Amino acid sequence: MCPARFSRYSLFLSASGDLSGEEIQILGFTLGMAALAMVAILPPGLALAWLLARRTFPGKAVIETLVALPLVMPPVATGLFLLRLFGRRSALGRFVHDRLDLDVIFTWRGVLLAMAVMSLPLFVRSARVAFEEVPHRLEQVARTLGAAPARVFATITLPLAARGLTAGLLLAFARALGEFGATIVVAGNIPGRTQTLALAIYQLIQLGRDDAALRFCLASAVLAFVALFASERLLSRRRG
Amino acid sequence: MKLALRGLRLPLPRFTLEVDVELHGRVAGIFGASGAGKTSLLELIVGLRRPTAGTVHLEGRMLSDVAGRNFVPPERRRIAYVPQDGALFPHLSVRTNLLYGAPKGDRTGDRTGDGTRRLGEIATVLEIAPLLDRGIAGLSGGERQRVALGRALLAAPELLLLDEPFAGVDRPLRGRILPVLARIRDELRVPMLYVSHEPEEILALCDEALRLDRGRIVAHGTPAEVLAESAITL
Repeated sequence: MCPARFSRYSLFLSASGDLSGEEIQILGFTLGMAALAMVAILPPGLALAWLLARRTFPGKAVIETLVALPLVMPPVATGLFLLRLFGRRSALGRFVHDRLDLDVIFTWRGVLLAMAVMSLPLFVRSARVAFEEVPHRLEQVARTLGAAPARVFATITLPLAARGLTAGLLLAFARALGEFGATIVVAGNIPGRTQTLALAIYQLIQLGRDDAALRFCLASAVLAFVALFASERLLSRRRG
Repeated sequence: MKLALRGLRLPLPRFTLEVDVELHGRVAGIFGASGAGKTSLLELIVGLRRPTAGTVHLEGRMLSDVAGRNFVPPERRRIAYVPQDGALFPHLSVRTNLLYGAPKGDRTGDRTGDGTRRLGEIATVLEIAPLLDRGIAGLSGGERQRVALGRALLAAPELLLLDEPFAGVDRPLRGRILPVLARIRDELRVPMLYVSHEPEEILALCDEALRLDRGRIVAHGTPAEVLAESAITL
């Protein structure tokens, strides 16, 4: 190995320290939950963004505002809403527990729910712009060539918006990785079960283990940087 | 072609398009100044806009009937539309653009099938065969329009709408493409509605013409009659 590169690598390791099994579990869990949250928001996010970009309907402004609400509300408030909505005392919570035999609150599903709800607005906003930038003329001409709306969406709209959609998804992924307020209310902070990167940082600070917290902060910053950098690169190529 | 537009009405920002006419020519020309409502009329026929009154019938087949609340969507009308800018799909190659509207079985990579044979025929007529595997980005204005025309023809339409297809094409190239359109008319026998500003294009291609002015038909007859009348009026 080249000595200069080796010394830089050693320097990084000494700053970050070796990750323990527990730390790797937290990182893996956070990445996995954020990725699952992206899978979960993709269908409703695409549908909402397309509707907002291409259709005019009564109540559109209300839908726009509702979708954007988690962006501006305190995350803990959104978390409390979700807690009330999916708690066992609510009709929906009882339905999910009794009929589907699933618990959401204080489980990994709560983490997934909080991440999905908090990152959805960012994805919808980016996807809406991506759809608006596809020339409507091309979709119209595709229809005159015999393509039904679903084929037009799959073969014209989606490929032409793909770069913007991927950028939006990366942005939402970065948001999900750092999600804290709603997650701690809905899923708690249970080590090994619901503890994400952001929750672990909080707990380590509480315990006075600043070095360990800083290591997580560094990992968190690297992940967020990679996701945001990729998103920006995609958007600048689209603009170019 | 028998295209019946009865009591057709569409409010536009500066006037209301009101058309009541039956067209029978193999190629009917629509002539008129910019903003006369020509493109809006084509969009009503192809189904990209909904009229507020009236009916559209093609060869006796109902396409739109406001009173009867019937509206056939554009994908089921079998009317292909070539807009002014060609509207080629930028993420597809020339070949996949051309095959976009072809019948489903013809869109596959089977290079011995009917679709490939038709693609070859049309590409030869339009002189775009050497472009088939290229992307859209490097095509000239004239090449783009010929690809758009080929794509519309490969959809096997019952009627082809051409909206000033050579507006951005220089005069010498236009002179070379007009005979191609005449071949489409005579050999492929596809009925056409041809919108143009250019009297010589209408005279060369059409056997029927109408002139639109602020959304109303002010002249209808043979191309020579309509153009003569327009010359007097203008």
